[in-house]
Amino acid sequence: MSLSRILRIVLVLAVTIMGVGVIAPAAAQGGNTLIMARAVDATGLDPHTQTAFASLRLLELIYEPLIQADENLNLVPALAESWAFSEDGLQLTLNLRQGVTFHDGSAFTAEDVIASLARILDEATGSATRTNLLSIESMEAPDDYTVVLNLTLPDVPLVAALSSINTAILSSEVIASGDPTADVVGTGPFMLESWQPEEKTVLKANPSYWGDGPFVDGIEIRIIPDEATIMAALRAGEVDFVMFNDPLIATLPVGDATFTINRAPEISYHALQLRAAVEPLDKLEVRQAISCAIDRQEVVDVAALGEGQVTGPLTMPAWAVSLDELFCYEQDVELARELMKQAGLEEGFTLPVIAAVAEPPTALSEAQVIQEQLKAINITVEIESLEFGTYVDRWLAADFVGAIALNGGRPDPYPMYSRYWQYGANFNNVAGYIDDTLDRLMKEGQVETDPAKRYEIFVEFQKHLAEMSPWIWLYTGYTYTGQQAYVTGFIPTPTGSIYYLSQVKLNR
Amino acid sequence: MFRYLAQRLVAVIPTLIGISLLVFVAIRLVPGDAITTMLGTEAGMLTEKQRASLEAYFGLDKPMVEQYFSWIGRVLQGDMGYSVRHGKPVLTLILERFPVTFELAMLSLVIALAIGISIGTLSAVRHNSMIDLFGRLFALTGLAAPNFLIGTLLIYVLSVYFGILPNAGDYTDFTENPLKNLKQIIFPALTLGFSFSASVMRTTRSAMLEVLGQDYIRTARGKGLRPRAVIFGHAVRNALIPIVTLAGVELGYLLGGAVIVEKIFALPGIGRLTLNAISQRDYALIQGATLFIAFNFVVINMLVDLLYAAIDPRISYVSKK
Repeated sequence: MSLSRILRIVLVLAVTIMGVGVIAPAAAQGGNTLIMARAVDATGLDPHTQTAFASLRLLELIYEPLIQADENLNLVPALAESWAFSEDGLQLTLNLRQGVTFHDGSAFTAEDVIASLARILDEATGSATRTNLLSIESMEAPDDYTVVLNLTLPDVPLVAALSSINTAILSSEVIASGDPTADVVGTGPFMLESWQPEEKTVLKANPSYWGDGPFVDGIEIRIIPDEATIMAALRAGEVDFVMFNDPLIATLPVGDATFTINRAPEISYHALQLRAAVEPLDKLEVRQAISCAIDRQEVVDVAALGEGQVTGPLTMPAWAVSLDELFCYEQDVELARELMKQAGLEEGFTLPVIAAVAEPPTALSEAQVIQEQLKAINITVEIESLEFGTYVDRWLAADFVGAIALNGGRPDPYPMYSRYWQYGANFNNVAGYIDDTLDRLMKEGQVETDPAKRYEIFVEFQKHLAEMSPWIWLYTGYTYTGQQAYVTGFIPTPTGSIYYLSQVKLNR
Repeated sequence: MFRYLAQRLVAVIPTLIGISLLVFVAIRLVPGDAITTMLGTEAGMLTEKQRASLEAYFGLDKPMVEQYFSWIGRVLQGDMGYSVRHGKPVLTLILERFPVTFELAMLSLVIALAIGISIGTLSAVRHNSMIDLFGRLFALTGLAAPNFLIGTLLIYVLSVYFGILPNAGDYTDFTENPLKNLKQIIFPALTLGFSFSASVMRTTRSAMLEVLGQDYIRTARGKGLRPRAVIFGHAVRNALIPIVTLAGVELGYLLGGAVIVEKIFALPGIGRLTLNAISQRDYALIQGATLFIAFNFVVINMLVDLLYAAIDPRISYVSKK
């Protein structure tokens, strides 16, 4: 067989295959299973140790905590029907929901709650959320459906801490004789059928779920690593529901589309972290000058294409302070120059800033906008872009002067900032700044039981932070989800949780 | 011949050991470990005891030297270790992903060779004509355009203008559903094939030009052979050696997994597996995958050398008695 014939056969084959690729019909979509796509997969299945957002989103469908934060960040009953602190605030009593079963059929009782919380408090587990439960001195179960937590102090934010999926209730049997990192037995609306990491996760509806729904037979979560491809899949009708992170992708669909993009304001915040421990950031005037020179709205408009809102330190609507009450949230370059002069640094200095590539997707753009803006006060920003693992390593070691960060929010201010702004906190060194006022306000905020007074404490807290400017708070972005027109019932949440998929119907 | 093969295979072992040592040390020098990549900044909230417990779980607590020897010992017995993230043995993961990469690589290579050799030959034969000009323009585009650009554009065109997306994260194996599988692989293969066909085209063209200027071609023409017989019977075969070298190198690279194309087209191949393993500092998986890729390169090198002997009768590996 001569070479020319071989080549001709190959060419014909190639053209045929290409034709097949274009002409062959797409797989018929139908059935009552929700096909979902996202770019990042969960990194593990243990709700007590997993902290990556991608993992939490999956676990929130399978497991449940005692308390839930709804779409308005109100704390509502989940596995606990009601709860109350004692008069002196040293006891938290939780009344559990009755008639709930785990995915393996076993009954949910106080024993499971105590076993789960004990597992988190056990250092061998390696649960990062343990620090939020340290006020628990002992636990009792007066009956099968009541749990009493005895506390070392009136820990008001404990209730919010118990609304995190990191405090999910596992089956005491699985904890005792199984492997909680692999045996997935929860109480949630969906059960895990299979998990192929980085490829596909299949969930089945829980027929004996205690709440409303689910109204689909199951969910098939596909990992499509490129978010532009996810958008293409939505456009082509290949998937029903999507999650993505990159605001640039959100701005892609324009005009007439058969699908909608949902935006829920996040409680995570973008910030330029400064370490006041390093000269010349130890001078208050310098930090304030940076705060005044930066135009936060421009950072949103340029780095995030307008996909965000300028924010102060507390991002939750119930706690946020009006921006005009915070120091220098209106750009004032003149004042900035004046402050630099007072600090004796008119000629400026070099500010090295680290940023993680693609974590968040806007990190480098934010750094570049700030770099431009700080030129006005002669500060030369040197951007060091790092791979994520390397960034985390340096961040934890406080081996940086400035850092572009996207830090997580919480429904309650105390767990959100206790790790930074009190003496002896885990991240004192990372935060680079602490003073008596911040420490006092944090400690008061933890034990103040009067909601009105507590609110005032955290108003003062935010104003003080803005004035001392240890960090520059920039903006909050959105959590993005997308769905076809026939997908109804989904409610996006500020925490990014997609547990409302239990309410979704496919109206084809 | 077999002695030659055996000698080559034995010579591979020190290379692989060297690579294994290099990778083993290199990834441990990179900042961050499985714990920091799993927890992110939350890792700073762990107490000493918590960290020690997690280190034991991830196998990070033993001294480096001990880790290396225990790992290499097991590799020699066929056990490449266990990926804690995936919950599966490393070898299983690699063998699951390899068929995807292999299929993509072979298809891309076939497309690249088909397009590249045809256009290259045509260009060389119709030297300095309009066809030659278009051929060279084609090569320039293929070489200049990055394959992620071509891939993304392809997806955009398909989804916006044709309303289809070949692979929406639902990759199907060839053995399960050949038609669906081909549909999913053809576009990534086209992307990679197009990029590579440019190099093939240029190499073919210059090799052919050189060969066509040789005396024996003039003799063949003088003997009255038809042009097609001259080109395909004599010229191309002599021009094949540089093309085979190029194809061999490219195949080795493709079998390492074309990471970017795998990412854009959501193909679960070796490239993505290794890249994710690196981001997650999954040491066992990184070491195993790298060793596997290195081994592929070695095998391909051997096959290319054998192919030389098949093409060029002057080359022989049989020892002369």
